[in-house]
Amino acid sequence: MPERAHILLCAGAACISAGEESFKSALERELKEAGIYDEVKIIETGCFGTCDLGPVMAIYPEGTFYVKLKPQDAKEIVNEHLLKGRIVERLLVKEPEQKQALPTINDLPFFKNQVRIALRNVGFIDPLNIEEYIARDGYSALAKVLTQMSPEDVISEVKKSGLRGRGGAGFPTGLKWELGRKASGTEKYVVCNADEGDPGAFMDRSIMEGDPHSVIEGMLIGGYAIGAKKGFVYIRAEYPLAIKRLTSALEQARNYGLLGDNILGTDFSFDIEIRIGAGAFVCGEETALIASIEGKRGMPRPRPPFPVNSGLWGKPTVINNVETWANIPPIIINGADWFASYGTEKSKGTKVFALAGKINMTGLIEVPMGITLREVVYNIGGGIPNGKKFKAVQIGGPAGGCIPAEYLDTPIDYESITALGAIMGSGGLIVMDEDNCMVDVAKFFLSFTQDESCGKCVPCRVGTKRMLEILDKITKGEGTEEDLVELEQLAYTVRNTSLCGLGKGAPNPVLTTLKYFRDEYLAHIRDKKCPAKVCTALIHYEVIREECRKCSICFRNCPVGAIYKDEDGTYVIDQSKCTKCGICFQVCPFKAIKKE
Amino acid sequence: MKTKEEILKSFPKNPDYIIEILHALQDNNPYNYLTPEDIKLCAEYLDLPVSYVEGVASFYSMFSLKPRGRYVIRLCDSPPCHLVGSESLLEYLEKKLKIKVGETTPDRLFTLELTSCLGVCAVAPAMMINDEVYGNLTFEKIDKILEEKRGNL
Repeated sequence: MPERAHILLCAGAACISAGEESFKSALERELKEAGIYDEVKIIETGCFGTCDLGPVMAIYPEGTFYVKLKPQDAKEIVNEHLLKGRIVERLLVKEPEQKQALPTINDLPFFKNQVRIALRNVGFIDPLNIEEYIARDGYSALAKVLTQMSPEDVISEVKKSGLRGRGGAGFPTGLKWELGRKASGTEKYVVCNADEGDPGAFMDRSIMEGDPHSVIEGMLIGGYAIGAKKGFVYIRAEYPLAIKRLTSALEQARNYGLLGDNILGTDFSFDIEIRIGAGAFVCGEETALIASIEGKRGMPRPRPPFPVNSGLWGKPTVINNVETWANIPPIIINGADWFASYGTEKSKGTKVFALAGKINMTGLIEVPMGITLREVVYNIGGGIPNGKKFKAVQIGGPAGGCIPAEYLDTPIDYESITALGAIMGSGGLIVMDEDNCMVDVAKFFLSFTQDESCGKCVPCRVGTKRMLEILDKITKGEGTEEDLVELEQLAYTVRNTSLCGLGKGAPNPVLTTLKYFRDEYLAHIRDKKCPAKVCTALIHYEVIREECRKCSICFRNCPVGAIYKDEDGTYVIDQSKCTKCGICFQVCPFKAIKKE
Repeated sequence: MKTKEEILKSFPKNPDYIIEILHALQDNNPYNYLTPEDIKLCAEYLDLPVSYVEGVASFYSMFSLKPRGRYVIRLCDSPPCHLVGSESLLEYLEKKLKIKVGETTPDRLFTLELTSCLGVCAVAPAMMINDEVYGNLTFEKIDKILEEKRGNL
């Protein structure tokens, strides 16, 4: 009997953390109660991208899109939507401005303005079922490559598509493959860099969780093109769900004869092994990643020789990241010209971005290259919450930079972003509003890279530390204008002389904030003020006596006992004890605590 | 629970697998850490110097050479979480558990650590307890999660 409805329920990590599992069991219970359990199929998919609204689901055939689901909503959905065919209005997405409910998934501007190539299946299929991948043209690119194309044909098609590495540097993928094919040696490897560690980037996790076969198929095609028999996926241990789903996908592919010896009856043999990291950001750098797969401390080494000539165990190795691999099958099926019809002259195709920070629709999107930052932040991302003012967007992770409002109309492509002092990076977009202090942001990014520096080369190990000390001084209100000069000089030295991308990129958040938000640095130095009221040494909290209702919530929550009651029962903050953690400010239900 | 010998034997005798082996040994320990014996056994199995294995174990932040709690809380300390207030959550957790980052509660139930990005920035601030991710954290949510973990005993 055909089912009356298919429910696609997002089982990405964000929706799971928001309670997807308990909603699912409630839904199953209600379906059984209503006697239609066998008539409705629930499919747990990968990430829809609307992580902020989770848990989410779409009910087909109509594609009705329900959000922020709680177990107690299950009964109403079953009784109203599935039994009576009436849409449950209160669970739909509301358009932020018009307050109008949007019934189907295609009505949302968030989805309407996207072009999904790498994410083509994420959120549409059950990642644990290879048949669903195959039903959406999965592995037909592999079949085409193995039966109709020579390795050289494959390389020339990928070159023609203009695809560039999506992990950060944007090196042309086809060219890398060509170098790998031409490299001398019979034993070669392909590697998938799934050590996604850039703060604010989570597209690789979502692809592995939502469409693991696309990565496997991409690697198979790459292996065929360069002449490798073995591939490795290096995943960070912080992604247990991705590891689980990829492991299951590899097993299924093996059972279907899509991995192993004589794939699809040809003489091409290839297999993939997963290697797990252990919490070292630097292992996302390709030479450090190689060291880690080889079972060493994950430290980078100077290049050349590049991994395409001397990689894993000294053999030619082609390393691409998850998103790059996922782009390969559609390029082969639809052709290079189709792919190159998206994007700009030098940046072809689409790019996946992770929206985080102060933006209405946090989540994952895929857009054609060349789209402007404004379109991403406002048309797709729905703008800044709570009527606040946009201040900057941090693009490219800890090696990226902060781009201010006046450049919102910059097209997103590798060259334009680099020209502004940031980098495309892996595609993390962290939006900041007027409440964020740019000096604090720069300090925070730098403390991240400082912490993750492997310590091998001096500029990165010592230079970032010295830079951080200066920033620390400034945020405490103890900085001088000479410090700024020294900070800038140090930043250029670290950038120019570090061994690997981690050190070379580390100064970028500092340099871009110095360039675009110098006045904020000067406010900290000259006026001893933090304009955004973030830097704790330059602010203090006070109880507004007239507003205080004497409820004692601040008193009870203060972690250091800095709040006491005066004669008339009003609470007062003892400034000498206050650590400025801001907890009282957050918990006061009457907004009776001010920050200055 | 598997014996250490069984764990070692489930991997090829190949130094490439050192990180996998260390993960497996650590996961097998109720206190989530690598004992000096683990390091020594791993070194013997792979025919490597003990110093080499310890060098690898100490490089990666997810390996611990001292005992930890049954639940390792890793609060995300990355910029997207920082921007939406992870710092006050850290103070809250420290106050609530009466320990500092890197320490373990006297009942050996919880260890508090910081982690780099967990990749769930859309539901920031976030933390991970062992293999489970929790997002959109608030003080109340943390209370509930910790109670739940305590109740699991």
